[in-house]
Amino acid sequence: MNNNLFKYVLRIADNCLILGQRMSEWCSNGPTLEEDIAMSNISLDMFGQANGFYDYASQIDGQKSADELAFKRNEREFFNFQLIEQENGNFGNTIVRNFLFDAFNFLFYTELSNSTDKTLSALAAKSLKEAKYHLRHSKNWIIRLGDGTNESNQKVQNALNDLWHFTGELFEMDEIDNELLKVCVSVDLNKIKLEWDKIINSTLKIAKLERPTDSYMASGGKKGIHTECLGFLLAEMQYLQRAYPNAKW
Amino acid sequence: MQSGKIKHIWELLNNIPDPEIPVISIVELGVVRDIFYKNNIFIISITPTYSGCPAVKSFIDDIKECLKKNGFLNFKINLVYTPAWTTDWMSEKTKLKLENYGIAPPSSKVRCPQCKSQKTILVSEFGATACKAFYKCEDCLEPFESFKCI
Repeated sequence: MNNNLFKYVLRIADNCLILGQRMSEWCSNGPTLEEDIAMSNISLDMFGQANGFYDYASQIDGQKSADELAFKRNEREFFNFQLIEQENGNFGNTIVRNFLFDAFNFLFYTELSNSTDKTLSALAAKSLKEAKYHLRHSKNWIIRLGDGTNESNQKVQNALNDLWHFTGELFEMDEIDNELLKVCVSVDLNKIKLEWDKIINSTLKIAKLERPTDSYMASGGKKGIHTECLGFLLAEMQYLQRAYPNAKW
Repeated sequence: MQSGKIKHIWELLNNIPDPEIPVISIVELGVVRDIFYKNNIFIISITPTYSGCPAVKSFIDDIKECLKKNGFLNFKINLVYTPAWTTDWMSEKTKLKLENYGIAPPSSKVRCPQCKSQKTILVSEFGATACKAFYKCEDCLEPFESFKCI
């Protein structure tokens, strides 16, 4: 088994699954009916993407099924970014979290679709079509809320300030990224950072929001170190398979 | 030798309606990518519209049931991701069927399926299914769904 590739694929799958689970929490709680449907649809896309990446991880692993990977690992065995697992909070918090990630994910999939690994490039090209849509959705909301009322502007600005220290991790390259980059399988995150800055800066400008200054940056999600939010999320998501192992729908 | 049977399978699948838009078949939607015969097995390649499309499971079940009912027992359904599904695969005839059904077909200019006016506005980029957006006609005021171009 190619351990580096397995972990690399698992990280992508975990980001999709955890964000999908967070977005599903909005189902029936959205601020308007249209938005409720939008967020549930995004959740569905993320679960679909997760499924594709977990299937591939499962093939590489050769033992655990995609479902086992999703439902039978503990928080220290999940490798998603800490940003993704942050609670939904108010609608503004959710939109800011998603916008910061959507801009990253759009650029990430764009690069990954050129991977020399055929399965990864196919899954990325497929997911990219959806990521474009998700970015447009969160970006439009950032502008609407930022350039909205004083209250909406303040709320998204606060959310931005609160979540900013989770953005450093998105661009950290570790030994797995570096090893796989040598064979053109992984994405060079330094390269997409510049593009990410452009999207963030231009959007925040239109939205009349201020980009927080970089100070302390949290780190560790890629190594299985998480904030307290993830355990609660997994407890709810995995409950059924833990209580009734191998239960079928 | 199997080409007649492959043609037959295409015809059978062309009669399976899309579970969410029953006016078009899964072949017309472009989900069935390829059918071929290898090592005594018919391989049917299908691709999902959206990654999370809940209809995929339903496509697979419908194909299995249809083929078994028609005497095909040695087949396998393969899920392929590349090339990624696109609305470009939809024929003009299929698009017309959608419009007559009340869904604006994928197009850069969305027109109202009721009164054909081009004066339409986007209400939400997300409709009742992942593949559709929600629009409203500014002339006849009718709300309608539009197939997203992807």
